[in-house]
This record gives sequence, C-alpha cells and structure tokens, in this order.
Amino acid sequence: MSIDISTPGVDAVAGRSRSLMADPGSAGRFGQFGGRYVPESLVPACEQLEAGFREAWADPAFRSGLARTLSLYAGRPTPVTPTLRLSAELGVTLLLKREDLAHTGSHKINNVLGQALLAKRMGKVRLLAETGAGQHGVASATAAALLGLECVVFMGQRDIERQELNVFRMQLLGATVVPVHSGSRTLKDACNEALRNWVSQVDETHYCAGSVMGPHPYPWMVREFQRVVGEEAREQCAALLPQGQPDVVVACIGGGSNAAGTFAGFVDTNARLVGVEAAGGAAISSGAPGVLHGYRSRVLQDENGQILEAHSISAGLDYPGIGPEHAHLADIGRAEYPSVTDEEVVAAVLRLARTEGIVSALESAHALAWVLREAGTPQLPTDSTVLVTLSGRGDKDAAQLVELL
Amino acid sequence: MSAHERYGRLETHLRDRRDAGRSLLVPYVTAGVTADWTDYLHAYADAGADAVEVGLPFSDPMLDGPTIQEASHRALSLGATTIDALTRLARARAGIPLAVMTYANIVFRHGATVFCDQLADAGVSGLIVPDVPCDEVDELSTVAADAGIELVLLAAPSTAPSRLRTIAERSRGFVYGVTVMGTTGERAELADSARAVATALRRHSTRPVLLGFGISTPGQAAQASGCADGVVVASSLMREVLSGRGPAEVGASVAALRAGLDAGSAT
Ligand SMILES: Cc1ncc(COP(=O)(O)O)c(C=O)c1O
Repeated sequence: MSIDISTPGVDAVAGRSRSLMADPGSAGRFGQFGGRYVPESLVPACEQLEAGFREAWADPAFRSGLARTLSLYAGRPTPVTPTLRLSAELGVTLLLKREDLAHTGSHKINNVLGQALLAKRMGKVRLLAETGAGQHGVASATAAALLGLECVVFMGQRDIERQELNVFRMQLLGATVVPVHSGSRTLKDACNEALRNWVSQVDETHYCAGSVMGPHPYPWMVREFQRVVGEEAREQCAALLPQGQPDVVVACIGGGSNAAGTFAGFVDTNARLVGVEAAGGAAISSGAPGVLHGYRSRVLQDENGQILEAHSISAGLDYPGIGPEHAHLADIGRAEYPSVTDEEVVAAVLRLARTEGIVSALESAHALAWVLREAGTPQLPTDSTVLVTLSGRGDKDAAQLVELL
Repeated sequence: MSAHERYGRLETHLRDRRDAGRSLLVPYVTAGVTADWTDYLHAYADAGADAVEVGLPFSDPMLDGPTIQEASHRALSLGATTIDALTRLARARAGIPLAVMTYANIVFRHGATVFCDQLADAGVSGLIVPDVPCDEVDELSTVAADAGIELVLLAAPSTAPSRLRTIAERSRGFVYGVTVMGTTGERAELADSARAVATALRRHSTRPVLLGFGISTPGQAAQASGCADGVVVASSLMREVLSGRGPAEVGASVAALRAGLDAGSAT
C-alpha cells in the first residue's frame, strides 16, 4: 500500500524558499560557512550519505514512509498552543509550537527518525550518536529499537551526571552509552569521540548527528528533517491568527536544529527570526569564524584557535559551535541571535509552569526567557504576535531544578 | 605531474634520499609537550630521521587517538601556542626539513596567509592538515604555494581510485598514505590496507609515498618499506615522551626504526 502524503504545502513551501534555506549544493556551503572539513577517510562516507539522502528525499515513497512514521509513531503533528494567562500578562500574543509533545519529549525525534530510515535504506546496521542533554541519545535509541538497528551513544561524563534519567532511558531502550572523559566532558567532546569512532566503522555504521552541524550533508539534511516543525507551525498559525502569520518566530539554539526547522517554515514571510543562545555558549555573538566537527561556522575560541568550553545550565546548549546556516543567516541579517542568562532561563521555566501548566526543557526556556525579557520593549512591542518553539519537555531537568530552586 | 613542477625543499630532500636507495623515516613530536621538546628534533635527526613532523596542538584533534590527544592536551595545559612553537622551531635548526601537522581551525584562525607566512619564517617546509581534504583545499594550497610551503595531502584506504590520483597529483612534499580506517595510535600489525594504499599512490605519481598511522615497531617499519617509500611514526614515540623518557632515550627508538627500515629496504 502506498499513500502519498506529500501535501501541496510541502512542495509549495520548499519552492518559495528556494533562495534562502535551500539546497546548499554539492559543496554544502551557506555563504562562507559549511563545507566538509573531515579526514579523507570520512569523505567517501559523507559523499555516499549525500547521494543517499538526495535520492531518498526525491523519492515519494521514502517521504511518505517518514511522514507515516512521524504521525503514527511520533505523534505528529504537534499542536500550536496559544497561551492565555501568559499572553495577557505579557501584553503580546504568545503561541507555543509543542515539540515537547512529540514522542520521547523533544523535536530530536523528527531528525532521528529521518536519519534512521535513511540509514536502514542504505544498508547500515548501527547508529552512532553523540548527545548532550540526552534527548538526541534517547531519540536515537528509540529509532534504533523501532527499526532493529544497534545503537551506541557517546556522552560526556559531566552530562551523564546531569542527565541520569536520560542515560537510564537510553539503556532501557537497548542502547550502549559510552562515557567520554576527554576535554570538558560535555557535548563537544562527545562529538569528537563519535566522529573518531565513526572513522573506524564507517561501512556498517551511520553517524546520526543530533543537530544542524557536522560535515555536509548533515547541516542541510538535519534541517530538512526538522523542516516539518516550521511547516506545520506555519499552517497552524495561519489557522489560528487573524493576520495569518506571527510577527516574531523564536527558538533556542544549541547546534540549532529546532531553530533551523522552525525558521525554514517562515524564512519567506515577514516574520522576524530570533535564535536564542545561552549566554555562556553564544557562538554567534561571542564566537569567530572557525572549523570544528567537520564544518566551518562561528565557533567559541581563543586568540590561538583553541576551542573554548561553553557554559550553560542546560546540557543541550553547552556547545561552542552553531550550525553553519545560522552563521550565514546572521551574516546576511535575516535572523538575529541574542542570548539569555541561566537565571533568566530558570525564571522562565517557573513562569510558564505556573501560568500555563507546561514544564519546558531548560533548553526551550531560553527562547521563552527572551520573550519574557523583551515583551513590551521595542524588541517585542505590546500587541505583537510571537511564536516560540518549545523544543522539549522538562522532565529530564527535574533533578537539576530541585537543586536550583 | 607537470615536467616543469619544481619541488620544494622537503620534497627535493626526500626524493634525493629515496632515489639514493634509502627508506624514509619521519618521526613525530608534539610542540610544547615538554619544556625541552625541541631537543627531540635534534635527537631524531641524529638518529637518522629524514624529516620531522611537528604537531601544533589543537584542543579538539578529530583524527587522533588517545596518545596524541594526551600529548596535545598536555602541551596546551603547559601553555603551548602556535607562535611560541614556531619561534622555538626557528631557533632549533634541526638540520632536516620540518613539516607541521595541525588542524584547520589553527590554520585559519588569523587567515591561511598569515599562518603559512609564519611557517615559512620559522623555516618550516611542509604542512599537513588532516581535516582539510582535497575538496576543501583550493584556497589553502594556493596560499601555501605562495609562501613556499609544501601542502601534504592524505589518502585513506576508503579513497576511491580517481581521488587517489588527484591527491597524488596535488600533494606536495610527499603523499601521506593513511594505513587504516581509524585514528592515530599504535597497532599490533601493519594493516593489509596499507599495502593497497601505497601501491595505488605509487602508480599515480613519482612523489615519495609515506605510510603513517599505526606504524610503531622497527618490524612494521621494515614491512611498510616494502611497499612505500617510507614511514611516519608518531604514537609509539609520543607514548615514550609522555612517560618521561628524554630525547636520548626516544632517539634510541628512532635509531631502532632506522635500523628496521634499512634492513627492510635491503631485503
Ligand atoms: C529539548 C532540547 N531543545 C533544544 C536542544 C538544542 O539543540 P538544537 O539547537 O539542535 O535544537 C536540545 C539539545 O539537546 C534539547 O534537548
């Protein structure tokens, strides 16, 4: 049985946004950023993946299979929820794209199901992933279980300690969690270790990147797999809002995948696009052009080119780089990348929980914190309409919050 | 290769020695790993090295195994910087050509032109950047050539034949054949893939072909010299350096590798 799910909306939106957030070509460039800065050993694997993705993405059967899996298994579409009490308090109309309601509790599942189906189609038997907050690891372990693939997840020792619940979830799902003790023992180092490991098992293993980072085609492919967030939100906003579109679209930025997926749905509208970084990991505002983990982007680094450790209350944003397409969108002025502090984030979690009954992930609360700070200022004038992608739910952060509050 | 191509200092030196029947030996040291790290250069040269590969430490060395990672980490925690390393190299006068190995972010931090000029000023001949594969190399190879720096390219067991040809042609100094699909680090045996990479590269070019990654013992070096023009040896030497062995002791290991190569190429 084949069901064609490629709705007109999908192609129409892709067509409209051809110039911005489009196919970055065989070199994988977004302006001066992107590319494929990997050891020669990995080049053939990246080329093979690019060819495999191009073929799959052009194949209606692959797309419909993914769409079916997203709806029947992952719970898509997720709703857009208008906030009532919080909007009234802030004086702006605030809507939330509810990725916290997707299976496994975050947007990460969209990308992972896409990559896992692709890996399977390409004959790979193992998924190799890195994780910070553990959400991408949990999503990878989930997809691997669903599709009968093996799963190995690299995770920094510090994150393992911060995210015990997610480590247990991954193990429960049958994945092997490998602690990484090098460097800052966070996401950056887990990425290094995953890439090193991939070099030695590239034939049978798919490296399942957790965000819009890594060598070409990852930043592009992951954005395409997350595009569903923005496209759904756009249609949902059109149905909910009298003027059809929000004035401002906001998402938090770790590597930048939920923001990229969200922005892809709105890049050809007049909406302002805002990606919110953690103050201690603000690669756009505090970083400089550089090369890390296989791509050229803005990177937190010192005068000598050594990568700096990022610091954030949320493990998912503790990353010194940012997806290359975001660096480009910032360069050309199409998107803005402010940052918020840990204190603002904790306050945002509490405020949303108590006004709307939604406990968001610390990562997602960065986007919200910016809205709370700017509502009523020229940045976000009274009566404007703002969409925030709530990238995940806060259960994983409960233990950390207990200590903070 | 064009008949008019002029070889740089590194390649001329390696070709001359190879053509005289010698198997080439290029040992490695991480800049800044100890206070007296440049003494290892002299020890290597005295022990019969043909050139030295000097690693400029990077915080996130994507292609390195535990030993080189630790060496980089130690150097950085001792305050190693590119500028300091190059200043010390300029003063060291090892007497044999030097090739710097480092990662893209170090090279591009203040622009490839600045970096290559600094290398040239320090008397360095070659540059190896393992995370800049041949598709991304255009800007860097032009800049390096302008500065008189020979940009060495790497080939891997997974590299397709058509790319091997491009790599062999575009590489300068020598061609670096990576023996295994993996990171740097000692290995029990020389992989079969080593022979295949070396043989294919030699078919495409007369440029010296050196094998590296996992070559740790004189026996493996001898074996490698059966199919390539020489070897690069890093992790086994750096393990010694990290365990506190001084230039004379590590130099003795280089001499043993030299003897292994000489015996291997004699057979
Ligand atoms: C809930 C949640 N939101 C956001 C992020 C940040 O990632 P990205 O910027 O790629 O969406 C993470 C990463 O772990 C996460 O778990």
